[in-house]
Amino acid sequence: MKVLVPVKRVIDYNVKARVKADGSGVDLANVKMSMNPFDEIAVEEAIRLKEAGKAEEVVAVSIGVKQAQETLRTALAMGADRAILVVAADDVGTDIEPLAVAKILKAVVDAEQPGLVIAGKQAIDNDMNATGQMLAALLGWSQATFASKLDIDGDTAKVTREVDGGLQTIEVKLPTIVTADLRLNEPRYASLPNIMKAKKKPLEEKTAADYGVDVSPRLEVVKTREPEGRKAGIKVGSVDELVSKLKEAGVI
Amino acid sequence: MAVLLLGEVTNGELSVDATAKAVNAVKGLGDVTVLCAGSSAKAAAEDAAKIAGVAKVLVAEDARYGHRLAEPAAALLVSLAGDYDHIAAPATTDAKNIMPRVAALLDVMVISDVSAVIDAETFERPVYAGNAIQTVKSKDAKKVFTVRTASFDAAGDGGSAPVADATLADDPGLSTWVSDQVAESDRPELTSAGRVVSGGRGVGSKEQFEIIEALADKLGAAVGASRAAVDSGYAPNDWQVGQTGKVVAPELYVAVGISGAIQHLAGMKDSKVIVAINKDEEAPIFQIADYGLVADLFQAVPELTQKL
Repeated sequence: MKVLVPVKRVIDYNVKARVKADGSGVDLANVKMSMNPFDEIAVEEAIRLKEAGKAEEVVAVSIGVKQAQETLRTALAMGADRAILVVAADDVGTDIEPLAVAKILKAVVDAEQPGLVIAGKQAIDNDMNATGQMLAALLGWSQATFASKLDIDGDTAKVTREVDGGLQTIEVKLPTIVTADLRLNEPRYASLPNIMKAKKKPLEEKTAADYGVDVSPRLEVVKTREPEGRKAGIKVGSVDELVSKLKEAGVI
Repeated sequence: MAVLLLGEVTNGELSVDATAKAVNAVKGLGDVTVLCAGSSAKAAAEDAAKIAGVAKVLVAEDARYGHRLAEPAAALLVSLAGDYDHIAAPATTDAKNIMPRVAALLDVMVISDVSAVIDAETFERPVYAGNAIQTVKSKDAKKVFTVRTASFDAAGDGGSAPVADATLADDPGLSTWVSDQVAESDRPELTSAGRVVSGGRGVGSKEQFEIIEALADKLGAAVGASRAAVDSGYAPNDWQVGQTGKVVAPELYVAVGISGAIQHLAGMKDSKVIVAINKDEEAPIFQIADYGLVADLFQAVPELTQKL
């Protein structure tokens, strides 16, 4: 079985996003970019399936700017076998919407015929939490979102999902789409020898036009602003003072 | 203009709080029809009918809708979509699972986690873990979106909307339910609780999380956790408060041993009163807390529990 893993290049998890003064978006110039953390978990899960003999090949795919090839090299260094870069934007500030990404991914799935797609549940830039579900819809496949456990057995997958109030386990027929939640696994760090080896692994470059997908946005971003601030309050010196302040505030 | 709102139904019961907040968010867009789907959904539909501002309730009661599976629920919403300009739901895990599927089937872009409705086409939503608020204008014929419930007050009661059966849609039959592991708890539900006590990495272990739980129980509060505490295995993921977990806005939020990473703040900064207990006086959580106590949590929290 082949596993396809979409990965997104996003602002690094540890960098605070800053809104541009003119309200046109978030400043991404000279900001450290990394693989979306949930996508790292997805890559790790795919590699573990290969190591367990349940997958033969792991293909990473990224859609966005040309620089996303660095993100794909990271996936290759972690253990993916090959990569596909679909260039769909020139400007690093352009975010391709999940619907357009899902349409390109559908075309990639049609060409590659994977038995399983594992994606991150959410990208930490647009926070949409949508691409996996949208891809499943376009393919007419089942979806197992927010996965914290994945067991592949023959042509079915048993997936434990993080839901409000606890966990839910469902069974889906392959091919299917799984989206990774936080506790699915802990992604490995790529070793230096593997980073060197990754440079020689195949990375195919395509464009959105190759797949005949129109990536023009459906949502026009009118403006981007800072959230309302919250003023710091006071420091209290003891538990007793805290209790009396809370009583004064009428919350206890 | 008409709105179809997916009510939050779990095991036959309507989550009135989440549904009423979503009703309040969308009622300015047109007549609101609430859809209640589940293996048992009639009682939930009766409850939805009482929410002020609801014009009509549709009930889809069938086993295929019983286990929160996305595919049959999305098929149902798409089959009903023709009559509505807006299709919305409170941003619960179920809706986050279902609504993007609905949007893609209708060839429209989903708008997740709407925090303000500006007009029929224009919405605000947080991005970058709440570090920025984006205003987006949808060019799609139908708007499919989820509502960040913490950003809205609940609509009141006193409504008496008519309830009708919805025509069921074919079940795509793509997935089957196996089991639920629901955490047994007498505590209030995290997203609708009036008080929340959360622990962070500073709590140090799963065992020591008990002091957080003891304080929560004394306050009648729900228990939350930071992502760092969840990552470290101190607390289950469904306790996670933050951009990647739940967004809460209680009357009182007590953050214990939580440094205040941006992604955590995004999930709780709309709380009315915030208390922070942390031994590091430089912790960013103090910059947003109404009352900060610089102290060793292992002494301060049991003392607080005892003195309340």
